[in-house]
Amino acid sequence: MSDHPTTYVPQSALAKWFESRLPVMGLLHSSFVAFPVPRNLNYFWTFGAVLFFMLISQIVTGIVLAMHYTPHADYAFQSVEHIMRDVNYGWLLRYLHANGASMFFVAVYIHIFRGLYYGSYKAPREVLWILGVIILLLMMATAFMGYVLPWGQMSFWGATVITNLFSAIPVVGEGIVHFLWGGFSVGNPTLNRFFSLHYLLPFMILGVAMLHVWALHVPGNNNPTGVPIKSGKDAVPFHPYMTVKDAFSLVLFLILFSWFVFYMPNYLGHADNYIPANPSVTPAHIVPEWYFLPFYAILRAIPDKLGGVIAMFASIAILAFLPWLDTSKVRSAAYRPLYRIFSWVFVLCAIGLGYLGAMPAEGGYVIASRLLTAYYFAHFLIIIPLLGLFETPKPLPNSIVESVLGKAGSGSGLPTGAAAEPQTKG
Amino acid sequence: MNKINLIAGALGLALAFAGTAHAAGEGVNPPRQNWSFAGPFGSFDRAQLQRGFKIYRESCSSCHSLNKVYFRNLSQPGGPEFSPGQVQALAAEYKIKDGPNESGEMFERSGRPSDRLPSPFPNEQAAAAANGGKAPPDLSIMAKARTFTRGFPWFITDVFTQYTENGPDYVRAVITGYEDPPAGFTVPDGGNYNKYYPGHVIAMPKPISDGQIEYPKTPDGRPQVPETAEQYARDVTAFLMWTAEPHLEQRKRMGFAVMVFLAVFGGLLYFTKKKIWARVGGDPVAMHHPHQSH
Repeated sequence: MSDHPTTYVPQSALAKWFESRLPVMGLLHSSFVAFPVPRNLNYFWTFGAVLFFMLISQIVTGIVLAMHYTPHADYAFQSVEHIMRDVNYGWLLRYLHANGASMFFVAVYIHIFRGLYYGSYKAPREVLWILGVIILLLMMATAFMGYVLPWGQMSFWGATVITNLFSAIPVVGEGIVHFLWGGFSVGNPTLNRFFSLHYLLPFMILGVAMLHVWALHVPGNNNPTGVPIKSGKDAVPFHPYMTVKDAFSLVLFLILFSWFVFYMPNYLGHADNYIPANPSVTPAHIVPEWYFLPFYAILRAIPDKLGGVIAMFASIAILAFLPWLDTSKVRSAAYRPLYRIFSWVFVLCAIGLGYLGAMPAEGGYVIASRLLTAYYFAHFLIIIPLLGLFETPKPLPNSIVESVLGKAGSGSGLPTGAAAEPQTKG
Repeated sequence: MNKINLIAGALGLALAFAGTAHAAGEGVNPPRQNWSFAGPFGSFDRAQLQRGFKIYRESCSSCHSLNKVYFRNLSQPGGPEFSPGQVQALAAEYKIKDGPNESGEMFERSGRPSDRLPSPFPNEQAAAAANGGKAPPDLSIMAKARTFTRGFPWFITDVFTQYTENGPDYVRAVITGYEDPPAGFTVPDGGNYNKYYPGHVIAMPKPISDGQIEYPKTPDGRPQVPETAEQYARDVTAFLMWTAEPHLEQRKRMGFAVMVFLAVFGGLLYFTKKKIWARVGGDPVAMHHPHQSH
């Protein structure tokens, strides 16, 4: 997906005819066959492929589920049970879709961590990174609305609590909430519009994901050293090297996915959602899905309602500013001894927030949530800007090849540093 | 309304990572049971499901509906597997309200396998009126709609041990959890003390006692399993697990096939990958003998 001349050579007369009119095969060939990738990519770099698979899987299972689902407050719960009981392999479709959402987030959080750790957001990949943040936001909106569709107790009350957040906006808040609901409480109009949007947003994700891949293919992949490709010896073609590696990684991921789908399909959900929605009975505890828990903890950590809402959205939006908050000249944490430690501390902080998001908002849990929320923002606003100024990075390798083979290995006839041949790819 | 909802949300924030319904301290964790349907190769015990259905029919069904279940389900594979003839005869014992007919009248007819199990009350209001103001819940997916908090670190280890029987363990414990309240505990009128129910006060009176239901006999004239409340509770809970998850056996069977396939496919891919990457000297970590690259 870039403007570089393709190496694709159409074989048949038909292919030549077609290619001269719409060079899509050449585009695919240069994007997913000949595309040069750094030879030192580790398994963290396989999650892009995993995510693409999950998106397609969610869309396919979702489309079939929509054929059997009834988006009406009186029938939604019943129609989900109909899918579980009477539709051929309906249980499989629904469990794949419900657990697929969780797996999608598992993969996306690993993918984001990869970007944070190896500095993939830094120039020239800022737009690529921001597109990723937009995908994350769209995913969150999609997942939230999808969880409402079974119209169980947690669906209903989750929708009530989350849509109510918008009432914190001064002056227009109340109006916005009524607009979202399509009435004066969460009800059938809410379910209808959530269903409509839940069907729409995944295709928007697909569109932004394509831009994301396009933006990736302009500068090419980052890699564990953070040093760009300097010669052809630093790179391997996408196919077969990355295709086979991605495929292997995907199969491992599918084993994890299948573990939940076939053996513990309800583990990641809430038992309360098997109780039909009842506006007159509030569940003892309203808690979002696990992948929202860190943000939920941030929401509750702020004593002020509007402040909590702002902090929650800011905790995601701040990612988009990361390319400019990071002052370091060096990309990869592998060469940044302090950032390396802080990035793992940040992971612990996020997990801690997730745990606190599931705990009651009382006593020590509240204090801990506030401390971790403060740390979460300090990581981006204080630690990352200062580290770039004060940290002494380790010396960078001259090239990817050198980092792979070591200085000694580089004596084996492979040129290091200077490019031995023009890059196959800019 | 908004404030109340928000407060409800803000107060109701506890819940362990997945599928937990009440915070620590509200109830006593139910003792763990050995269920035939637990684990990766679990399956239902047909005789147990048939006994469980008998309990439901002769005891629970006077108050609780089971309205997601059709008579035909009772003869389908993976369930109690009554014969189609038995199901036909069973359904025929029930009177089902149907209609309207050509003259616009509702009428009663005998049940068919394609009917749902009839509910004990005509509607929720009638059920509530007859039961002290609160309708007894439908039992179809009860075994998945209840759980209890396992807490740290069990919610992590459960992923590896595949412990997913929180629901059945809880249901069985509540059925048998009736006892005298501890000294100083006042049970309000219309309530009953239950050791495992969150808050300990449950509207449902003790549902079943020893010897209440007659079980099928073995050739020597004794019941196949003891006719005790404990055994009744286990049997009806297993039955309710089946009504909640009628395709459980198919799911676990398919899971095993999928796992075997993925393991073999993953193995093949691993060696394929190794061979392909050997062309450039192997994966970065082990790359010591560079040949050519591209």
